Amino acid sequence: MTRKLTMAQAVSEAIAQEMSRDPEVFVMGEDVGKYGGIFSATSGLLDKFGKDRIMDTPISETAFIGAGIGAAADGMRPIVELMFVDFFGVCMDMIYNHMAKNIYMAGGNIRLPMVLMAGIGGGYNDAAQHSQCLYATFAHMPGMKVVVPSNAYDAKGLMMQAIRDDNPVVFLFHKGIMGLSWMSYFEGSTNEVPEAPYTIPFGEARIVREGADVTIVTLSQMVQKAVLAAEELAAAGISVEIVDLRTVVPLDKDTILRSVRKTGRLLIADEDYLSYGLSGEIAAVIAENLDSVALKAPIRRLAVPDVPIPFSRPLEQFVIPQVSAIVAAARALVAAPQPAISLEETHA
Amino acid sequence: MTPSNAQLLWMYQTMVEIRDYEETMAKVYLEGKLPPNVQKGLAFDIGAGPVPGEMHLAAGQEPVAVGVCAHLRIDDTVVGAHRPHHFAIAKGVPLNEMTAEMFGKDTGLGRGKGGHMHLFDPAHKFSCSGIVGASMPPACGAALAAKKRGTDAVAVAFFGEGATNQGAFHESMNLAALWKLPVIFVCEDNKYAISVEKSVSTSIEWNSDRAVAYGMPGIGVAENDAVAVFKAAATAVARARSGAGPTLIEVKTDRYLGHFQGDPETYRPKGETATLRKNDPIPRLGAQLRELGLLDDDADKALRKAARDRVAAAYDFARKSPYPKPEDALLHVFI
Ligand SMILES: Cc1ncc(C[n+]2csc(CCOP(=O)(O)OP(=O)(O)O)c2C)c(N)n1
Ligand SMILES: [Mg+2]
Repeated sequence: MTRKLTMAQAVSEAIAQEMSRDPEVFVMGEDVGKYGGIFSATSGLLDKFGKDRIMDTPISETAFIGAGIGAAADGMRPIVELMFVDFFGVCMDMIYNHMAKNIYMAGGNIRLPMVLMAGIGGGYNDAAQHSQCLYATFAHMPGMKVVVPSNAYDAKGLMMQAIRDDNPVVFLFHKGIMGLSWMSYFEGSTNEVPEAPYTIPFGEARIVREGADVTIVTLSQMVQKAVLAAEELAAAGISVEIVDLRTVVPLDKDTILRSVRKTGRLLIADEDYLSYGLSGEIAAVIAENLDSVALKAPIRRLAVPDVPIPFSRPLEQFVIPQVSAIVAAARALVAAPQPAISLEETHA
Repeated sequence: MTPSNAQLLWMYQTMVEIRDYEETMAKVYLEGKLPPNVQKGLAFDIGAGPVPGEMHLAAGQEPVAVGVCAHLRIDDTVVGAHRPHHFAIAKGVPLNEMTAEMFGKDTGLGRGKGGHMHLFDPAHKFSCSGIVGASMPPACGAALAAKKRGTDAVAVAFFGEGATNQGAFHESMNLAALWKLPVIFVCEDNKYAISVEKSVSTSIEWNSDRAVAYGMPGIGVAENDAVAVFKAAATAVARARSGAGPTLIEVKTDRYLGHFQGDPETYRPKGETATLRKNDPIPRLGAQLRELGLLDDDADKALRKAARDRVAAAYDFARKSPYPKPEDALLHVFI
C-alpha cells in the first residue's frame, strides 16, 4: 500500500521495519525516546520497542557515538542520532578517526554496520551553531558513506539501505523537509511511500525532472527549491533538468556527466559552504571530463558564501541560496555568450 | 556571608526584571508563529515572526543568576549556555542591545549575527554558546588570563545539569583544579535536559559530589532560593579571588517553561509546572524583604513598574531598530 508520508515518518518507519526484522538494530541518542527525536526521526519507536532498544543518552556525544562504534564492531547495528550535525565538534574524533578509519586500518577485517544520523540545514534562523549542512566535511574524509535525502520516498529506501550496509553511513536529513508541524517546509518532500520495506542503492542519483537547457545538480532541501525554480523557469521558456544526488559518497558521476553532456550548462545548487566543498567537487568532475562534455557556458555555483550562518533573517536569506537565486543563476547561464571554442572545433 | 540590604534588594529587583523579560519574550516570540498566519497544517512556525529561531527562557531559574552575579564586578567574566538571558541581565548586559540582537537588528550586540544563544558583550565580559558544555573551557581561559596578569578577577561558567556529562565539563574541572584557576562552575539542575530527566542521564544525584574527584570543593544548594545561592557563591567567589582555586556549585532550580518555546512538554508529568510555580522564589524573597522592612506594597509596585518599563523600552528599541543590510552578512568573518 502506498500513502503519503512526511520525511520524518518515512525515516522512523524505515527504522521500525528494520528493528522488527533484525534484533541487532537499536537506536541511541539524545531525546530519541519519549520525545521521539527533536526532528521526529524516531517518533513512536519507544512505544513499539521499549527503552532497551530506543535509548535516551546523556549529552555525551563522544561516549555514545564511540559506543556505537564498539557495538557495531561487535556485530550489532546501532543507529546513533547526533541531534544537529553542527554538534559533531564535540565528538569528531570518534567519527573521523575511528568510525571512518577502523575498517581500513583493520585491512578490511572488521565490519562497522553503524548509521550516524543528524539534522542539517538552516532557513529558520537558528544561527551559526545550528544551521549548517556540512555533508561535504564528512564526504571529504574517507571512510563514511554520506546520504542526504530530499524526500520521504528516498529517505525510507536509503535509510533501510544504510541500516543493512556493513560500513558506517552518515545519514543527514534537512530539518526543513522533514514535514514537522512546527517548521515551515517544502511540501514536495512529503510524498508517496510504499508500506512494504524497500531499499535504494547508494550512488544512484535521481533525475527529478528532465530538461534540455540547464542541468541543476543538487541535493537535500535544495532539490525542492530547484523544483520550484524549474517551474518558474519553464514558464519563461527555459527547460531545466534536475539531478538529485541522494548520496554524496558514493557520488554518481555518470548521471551528472550524462546530464551535462545533454544540456551543456551546469548549475550546482548547494546549501553547504562554497569553498573546498561539494560544489567544487562537482565542478571538478566536469572539468576532468571536458574532452567529452561541451559546455555552452562556464559552470555556476550557488552555496553559502564562506561565512557562518547569520541569525538575522535578511542576512540568513542572503547567504542561503533561495529559489530566486536559482532562477537568476539559471537565466544567467542560458544568457551567457557561447564559448568561442566548441568541442567539435577542438577535436577537429 | 549573608547579603546586605542593598544586595537583597538588588537580587529581588533583578529577579523581577528577569521574569518580566522572559515572560515578555514568551509572548513576543509567538507573534507571527501561529495559525492562520503560517503554512497550512502547521501548529507553529519556528522561523516566523519578529524573533525567529529557537528560544530558551529561564523563568524560574532567576535565583541562580542573581545569587552568583551579586558577587561579581564588571571585570569578572561570565560565560553562559543556550539559556542565557538571566545571566546576561544579572551581569549587567544592556537590555536594549541584547533584545535587538534577538530581533536580528543592526543595533544588537552582534549586529544581528548571533541571536539569542550567542550574545557577546565584551564591555560586561559576558558571552554564551549554543553548544552544551561549551561554557566551561572559555571560563577557565578568562580565569587563566586573570591569574597570569595578577588581577583578582574571577570567571563563572554557568551550565545545565545536562552539560555535566560532556567531556568538556570533566576536562575543565581538572584543568581548573590543577592550575588553581579563579573560576566558579555553576550548575543549574532544573531536572531536565530537553526531555531527558537527570535520573536517566546522570549516574549520581548531585553533580556537586563530582567535585571531590578533581580536588575542589563542591557545594550543593537544595533550594531554588536567591539567598541560599548567594551564600554558596560567596564562599566560592572569595576562594577564587584569594587565589585558592575553583569551586563547583550545583543548584536545584526549576524551569517553568518548555525547553524551548513551542516545546509540547509531553515528557512532563501533568501539572508539574503549576506545582513548581507554587514555590516561586520571587515572592518568597519579596516576603523576606517585607519582614526585614525593606519593602512595602508601594515600593514593590514602583520597583515592578520600573522593571516593566525598562523591559518594555528594550523591546521597543529592538522593534524600532533597523535590520542590517543583507550584504552585511559577508562582513565580520574576520576583522
Ligand atoms: C553538544 C550539544 N549536544 C546537544 C545539544 C542540544 N541541546 C541543546 S540544550 C540541550 C539540553 C541541555 O540541558 P541542560 O544542560 O540541563 O540545560 P537546560 O536546557 O536544562 O537549561 C540539548 C541536548 C547541544 N546544543 N549541544
Ligand atoms: Mg537542565
